[in-house]
Amino acid sequence: MAKKSQAASFYDLEGTLVSTNLVHTLGFYARRQQGLFSTIKKSVSTVAKLPLFGVTDLYSRNVFNEFFFQSYKGESEDRLRYFAEELFESTLKPAIFDGTKDLIAKSKKLGHKQIVVTGALDFSVAPLAAYLEIDVFAANRLEFVNGYATGRLLPPVMASATKATWIREYAEENEINLSDSYAYSDSISDLPMLSIVGHPVAVSPDFRLKQTALQHDWAILDLT
Amino acid sequence: MALQLRRKTHESVIYIDRDSAPRIMPFGEDFILEDLPIGTRVIYPNPPIKGLPNREAAIRYAVNNPIDAKPLYAQLEPGMKVTIAMDDISLPLPPMATPDVRQTMLEVVLDMCYANGVDDIHLIIANSLHRKMTEWEMKRMVGSTIHNAFYPDRYYNHDAEDDEGLVTVGHTHHKEPLRVNRRAMESDLLIYLNINLVPMDGGHKSVAVGLCDYESLRAHHEPQTIIDSDSYMYPPDSELNHKVHRLGKLVDENLNVFHIETALNNKMFGEGYDILTMNEDEFEFADRMKWEGLKRTFSKMPRKARRKMLHAIPAQYDVIACHAGETEKVHDKILEKNYQQYIVPIKGQCDILISGIPDISPYNVYSALNPLLVQVMALGYHHNMYKNKPLLKKGGVMIITHPCFDEFDHDFHPSYIEFFHRLLPESRDAFYLREKYEREFAENPAYIEMYRRGNAYHPAHPFFMWYWGENGRQHVGKVIVAGAENAHIPGILGWERADNLTEAIAMARSYMGRNSEISMLHQPVIALAEVTD
Repeated sequence: MAKKSQAASFYDLEGTLVSTNLVHTLGFYARRQQGLFSTIKKSVSTVAKLPLFGVTDLYSRNVFNEFFFQSYKGESEDRLRYFAEELFESTLKPAIFDGTKDLIAKSKKLGHKQIVVTGALDFSVAPLAAYLEIDVFAANRLEFVNGYATGRLLPPVMASATKATWIREYAEENEINLSDSYAYSDSISDLPMLSIVGHPVAVSPDFRLKQTALQHDWAILDLT
Repeated sequence: MALQLRRKTHESVIYIDRDSAPRIMPFGEDFILEDLPIGTRVIYPNPPIKGLPNREAAIRYAVNNPIDAKPLYAQLEPGMKVTIAMDDISLPLPPMATPDVRQTMLEVVLDMCYANGVDDIHLIIANSLHRKMTEWEMKRMVGSTIHNAFYPDRYYNHDAEDDEGLVTVGHTHHKEPLRVNRRAMESDLLIYLNINLVPMDGGHKSVAVGLCDYESLRAHHEPQTIIDSDSYMYPPDSELNHKVHRLGKLVDENLNVFHIETALNNKMFGEGYDILTMNEDEFEFADRMKWEGLKRTFSKMPRKARRKMLHAIPAQYDVIACHAGETEKVHDKILEKNYQQYIVPIKGQCDILISGIPDISPYNVYSALNPLLVQVMALGYHHNMYKNKPLLKKGGVMIITHPCFDEFDHDFHPSYIEFFHRLLPESRDAFYLREKYEREFAENPAYIEMYRRGNAYHPAHPFFMWYWGENGRQHVGKVIVAGAENAHIPGILGWERADNLTEAIAMARSYMGRNSEISMLHQPVIALAEVTD
């Protein structure tokens, strides 16, 4: 069988290409509720939940997702999409790491397809992906009923092993050679995604990923 | 009696006799004491030439009385754009005691620039594809006053992957490309501050290599050029030098370069560690105590602590010459001084060459000497320290002493790891590796960003390290590592291992015969063996 020719670079987004995380996005929307009372209530509630977010994320990314996205319950789809551009300009764009664009440029020069696979929400990722000239992105999608978020995510939920599954299926469908491909992430939760490509790269990794990267002689990169 | 007479060939050449003392040999971050077979020829460094009494005055004199160029002060005009480039941390080795000679040169040159109304000055470290220096290292090199005045906006490392910061100079008539640092190229005057530790350094290499990009470098850092260099430590016989010379001509046609070169003596160690380069037969009681103290201290320390301790000992080099002006003429004068310091006349090649591998190389300052660097020190540097003909006969056996641990620095040498563990098991053929993998590595975005934003060597650097050993590999019949703590590292390198030096010598004699001539380079040594029949 002939070798598949194209390679790709798969990026986690938050903590890898930008310094923000899901909580920043949630905080942004919490500050933009309809009415002052709702804004204060949502902001306080978000701050109060921070320790729980941390604990659940340490325990399991899937449990974290179930708990975290409940915070969006009742948000209107229109409102979320309306503020997406502002979210990008005010919060995400300034958080792009200094080296992000260079890394993507070097990667594009090799003819690699640029793909973001992230647990962030699709409407927040879209403007950022366009700005970074990302070819394809796979992000989480909130479930909306009658235009309002239910607090649940539509499957497949992008986290840990699901990202790896998505990448494998995408590679199969698009004739991407995973052995020649790169994956970039900052978190141990993305170990499955890093493990299925030929060139895994830990970017400003957390402690556990750094230890894993050192053990397996993976490249460790700092884009700040 | 014959052996006694042979002792007197040169002050740096000692023959082992029946009553000779055992010799101290480096063994990575440790030192071992070994008895050598009677008749072994041991080559020591020449005694250090006395340093200049006032190096600042010598530098000032050189820039005011340059060779084939106008004095520096006469070239400076108010408002002009000046770039001062300098050698990186790979010179000298180990890093010298402060003030570093680059700091002294800078102080003289900057004073002159300010006095002549020149304010647009950038300081660039000509690290080429070497790792970028850390801020601490940069500060140590130029002193805090200059560092604070220039860092980071006007004192920085060259970036061979910054397309915006590079500009094409052109091609030589042999089609070798040259792209160099834009700031240097667009300056009215480029002043280069050099330290010529070994004859391979300096001259046109400073700008044409130190400030170039990957494409320019790969034109001459390739296996055939290294094979055709006999040796690359003696410029007239070095194809590498000839190619760099052509590029240097191109530089001279396009840039106004004022070269300041310095030669150092070989006083590597100061009081306390001087025993490491002394003739053991002349040890006195105090020297033996120093050795015992060193050995006992090291025996109680883990490897990493020993490494840290060794890396904290600054070299005590003195400046023995400084010249300035036109690149080639300045370099010729400095090379004369290098040869005066380093050349050791040697009569006859040997069948077996013993060389301890110390924890000192241009590429592992403040990090581990990984297996690829052990290779480059043995078959690259140690093999190439000759003039006329190699110290070892063609097909002879080289014995090195090193633990050959499987340790790489993840921050400094990330691409080395993949090169060593993925590529070398597939092939040790330098031409094949260059053809099939060099560009893949050179274009690896993650490694490139590690070079640009961190302190990693350029992704293609491990290839150059492998090529660097190519003429040694073609010449040496067999390499035996005495004391290697594992079998797989020597195996990957295509070497044999022995438990200790005695076993290694026995193995070498079984290949080369009982009457083999044995020579030993008393490492650490900077010496150029001038070998005659």
